[in-house]
Amino acid sequence: MTAYLLKRLAIAIATLILASMVVFAVLEILPGDPARLMLGLNASAEQVELLRNQMGLNAPLVLRYLNWVGGLLSLDFGRSYTYSVPVIDLVRERMAVSLPLALIALALSTIIAIPVGLYSASRRGRAGDSIAMGAAQLGVAIPNFWFALMLIYLFAVWLRLVPAGGFPGWSAGVWPALKSLLLPAVALALPQAAILARVARSALIEVLNEDYIRTARAKGLPYRAVLWRHALRNAMIPVLTILGLQFAFLLAGTIIIENVFYLPGLGRLVFQAITQRDLIVVESIVMLLVVAVIAVNLVVDISYAIVDPRLRHRQ
Amino acid sequence: MTLHIDIPEETLGSILAKAFRNRSFLIGFAITVLVAAMAVISYVWTPYDVTKLVISDKNLAPSSAHWFGTDHFGRDILSMIMVGARNSIAVALVAVGIGMGIGVPLGAFAAARGGLFDEALMRLNDLVFAFPALLSAIMITAIFGPGAINAIIAIGIFNIPVFARVARAGALAIWPREFILAARAAGKSKTQITIEHVLPNIATMLLVQGTIQFALAILAEAGLSYVGLGAQPPMPSWGRMLFDAQTRMVVAPWMAIFPGMAIVVSVLGLNLLGDGIADILDPKSRRQR
Repeated sequence: MTAYLLKRLAIAIATLILASMVVFAVLEILPGDPARLMLGLNASAEQVELLRNQMGLNAPLVLRYLNWVGGLLSLDFGRSYTYSVPVIDLVRERMAVSLPLALIALALSTIIAIPVGLYSASRRGRAGDSIAMGAAQLGVAIPNFWFALMLIYLFAVWLRLVPAGGFPGWSAGVWPALKSLLLPAVALALPQAAILARVARSALIEVLNEDYIRTARAKGLPYRAVLWRHALRNAMIPVLTILGLQFAFLLAGTIIIENVFYLPGLGRLVFQAITQRDLIVVESIVMLLVVAVIAVNLVVDISYAIVDPRLRHRQ
Repeated sequence: MTLHIDIPEETLGSILAKAFRNRSFLIGFAITVLVAAMAVISYVWTPYDVTKLVISDKNLAPSSAHWFGTDHFGRDILSMIMVGARNSIAVALVAVGIGMGIGVPLGAFAAARGGLFDEALMRLNDLVFAFPALLSAIMITAIFGPGAINAIIAIGIFNIPVFARVARAGALAIWPREFILAARAAGKSKTQITIEHVLPNIATMLLVQGTIQFALAILAEAGLSYVGLGAQPPMPSWGRMLFDAQTRMVVAPWMAIFPGMAIVVSVLGLNLLGDGIADILDPKSRRQR
């Protein structure tokens, strides 16, 4: 068990180091001089050179990489070129939008998907199952940003129940803020729920074919109890994997949705930073998301080993 | 080309017979052919010329003259959807081709060789998977400039590890089989065995994954075009049409409704087709349905 955990941890750290090199290298070859960009076209060559020195852009490559990694580790990401504030402050501010949005979407998706998966699995092959899985098939095919547009048309333009976009900030009160996150969260959650429901259904069906389910039924347990107590618990592993992946996806995947709804979140920040060549912001956020993905995967892997002893010995 | 399948008594005829009874396959196949036909027909005929702006006809609601209405430049939405299909199909086809062309040999080779090469490849896979695909695609297209070609590359790169993983997993399951042992005893090299025995046996799996990835690529391309990083105007693309529609939802909702439906229908068709093929050619998967 310890050996397995150590190996997983070592792989995660190695992936992280490689990823940081890739991010650094990609932004290194990116055309456009940030110093020139900050000073504008009228700046003289000396001025640009001076700023480059100030920003540490002229230091040797390795030194700059180590500096950057050191900064990341101490949560000092540097200052944004365009906003002239520490990146960490920007990230913190934007996280206040993106994190709740991702969590609400994840919660919605789970609340919809698990019951649908249970319903479909227990009614396998019957009309209810076909309808539910047909709907899921449709849900997988819907691009979330188009779904978002349709939601805006229906609930904001036509029914005028919620704002069509923008974010009043948490200082405006919890309810107005939540209200403006509602449509984006639904738009994000539905396609995710469709995927999750399909995974939950097939995992449940797999488990329902197991001998111990028959044993549980044979000893007189009602079907409902078997479904919830035995089947659902054992089907959780694939469901949790997908949930983990989806959480990481939602954090990054809000990019387009945040643009649709004009939400000042992490995705919109990184999108604007990319178009404005604000490298420090881009590298910091990409690295943060990579860390999030790797961490989530690691946690999922470790929890498997704890939940399922068989996996421990396989590696 | 003949398809080598696990079960020898499966003939082409019996497979076709099964295909005709499989609802997913039939619907998926019909939709896919329809979308492809739409793209092909657009080369020779569209209801209206998509390059001609007719300002007097702008923002017209759907009617018998313009089935799906017109956009803010007076262009016919149906014609634009037809031409846009070319873009979606071309981008997805090449992106999936890149993924398959590089990923499958890598995965199959890793399974055959094992050892350090295998380990290194898998770690490289982990590396690519650690990057959120959409964010990275946006970064790539932003760095190298927006356009259909860069969108293809950005989407293609993330298809490589997917196919490498599927090919490797499939090949690993084939290698311990008896007929491989027989081939080795007959003195065939690992490369020969991979090409002659392993690849034909994982072809179904790859085909199914291919349709799924094709659908995902269409979605990804639409997303990139939607944020302005995919195909550039005046080339019509479904994602771009949705972007144009966004600010005009109040006056011309049809500008958003129909291109979106085109995406949904195409993706749905491909997914159904993939499910259908899996059902027909792989008896093992039927247990789960």
